[in-house]
Amino acid sequence: MIKFTNVFKAFPKGGLALKDVSFHIAKGEFVFLTGHSGAGKSTVLKLVYAEEPVTSGEVRVSGFNVAELRPRDVPMLRRRLGIVFQDFRLLEDRPAEENVAFALEVTGARRSSIPARVMRVLTQVGLAAKAQAYPRELSGGEQQRVAIARALVNEPSVLLADEPTGNLDERATRGVFQLLRDINASGTAVVMATHDLDLVRQAPYRVIELQEGALVYDSAVDEPRDQAATP
Amino acid sequence: MNLTIREALLAFRRAPLLSALSVTTIAFSLFVVGLFGLVAVNLQDALRGVAERVEIVAYLLPGTPIESITLAEKDIEAFPEVYSAVYVSEDSALARARAELVEFRDVLQELERNPLPASIEVKLKPRFRDAEHVNDVADRLRGFGFVDDVRFGRDWVEKLDRLRQIAAAVGLVVGAAFAVVAIIIIGTTIRMAVLQRSREIAIMRLVGATNGFIRRPFLLQGAIKGMLGGLVAVGLSYGAYTLINRWLIQAAFFSTVQALAIVGFGTLIGLFGSAASVGRHLRRV
Repeated sequence: MIKFTNVFKAFPKGGLALKDVSFHIAKGEFVFLTGHSGAGKSTVLKLVYAEEPVTSGEVRVSGFNVAELRPRDVPMLRRRLGIVFQDFRLLEDRPAEENVAFALEVTGARRSSIPARVMRVLTQVGLAAKAQAYPRELSGGEQQRVAIARALVNEPSVLLADEPTGNLDERATRGVFQLLRDINASGTAVVMATHDLDLVRQAPYRVIELQEGALVYDSAVDEPRDQAATP
Repeated sequence: MNLTIREALLAFRRAPLLSALSVTTIAFSLFVVGLFGLVAVNLQDALRGVAERVEIVAYLLPGTPIESITLAEKDIEAFPEVYSAVYVSEDSALARARAELVEFRDVLQELERNPLPASIEVKLKPRFRDAEHVNDVADRLRGFGFVDDVRFGRDWVEKLDRLRQIAAAVGLVVGAAFAVVAIIIIGTTIRMAVLQRSREIAIMRLVGATNGFIRRPFLLQGAIKGMLGGLVAVGLSYGAYTLINRWLIQAAFFSTVQALAIVGFGTLIGLFGSAASVGRHLRRV
């Protein structure tokens, strides 16, 4: 599903952001990507959705060779992915349902099929009643649910979440995390970058830890270790 | 396509102020170009009016038989440059002089014999009313044996030529400068509209929108703004023309084709300005 092989990423002015990173995430897996701020979590995700070019090594994402992707094929890759951010990235000038519908419209989905599909995902994230609310009328947790609905509406095989709970209080965090678990339970792979170790400890999922751009721990490969020791 | 139109129109509703600002900017930029165009159109009209008076007069030797003159008249009218050739007999020349030169009426009355020669007055077609062609035709007229002398305002025709060249050069340079300034101002305005929506563009890319999909509503919107701006500019120009016409001088307005050209120019600037701005934005992010 997602396979990194000896991946390096250098930023022109920022030095090496990833050093020789290799891992393989299988279909339907739930993976935590952990590490300090600046460890390279977001960079890994950016390489997956082709926001940044790979410096060297190979990145494969559901059949796409990302390092050799032509710019015009990038949208095709992204339609197979759902992406969620810490800051939600909703369009403030349209209600929740249009934010979700938007993601379908850009893919050229049949117009008559859109309302039903939008309603289905909004129901899935528990926001069917607030379909007509604008982002500013929603709480942080609700806004993130709208963002998740938008990410899900194209039925991606992988959901990438970059610190999805970073801006949320504890209650909302639990709600959003549970939602991601439910999504995973229905077969979608989830890669969640987070530095919230309480969350990581709560669930028996695979953990990939980065430190200064290097992969220092992968629970699928390495010996289990005392999680309290991780940063 | 349906979606493109909807998104383009929605942008007007979502950002009415910025849209109005764009249209106004385009309108005023084109208005300046239009005002200059009005000056150019009127200058051209004035020059054309002056050029209409370009006339070559061939004075005939006394006693030239009327048959030869009639034949010559036909010949001259067949010159490709010639618009009309009119024979003025000695008598009608005198009659005209009496009518026009009122101060000398007494002198002219007392004449025992008519001192005025007969002549053929030649007018050229509009596009031949310049020094070169006038000289050319005058030379040919001199070739007729019974032509005594050929007169035309040589200095005057040459000055007119010069004036026309200057008007054309100034028109080209100033017109181009105004057009460039308009393009820059309009381009900046459109760039603002793109930057205002950069967040939206980023999100569209994130969910898998192709560049073409992102670009299309902007292009349509740019074209619409340009067209509206062009229409307003023509309206403003018409207002200015009405004022000038009423209070200052009799002036001419654009022909329908010229007015449409301004609207078309606005539409094109809007379209290409948007294409350039969005293209640059999409390449950068």
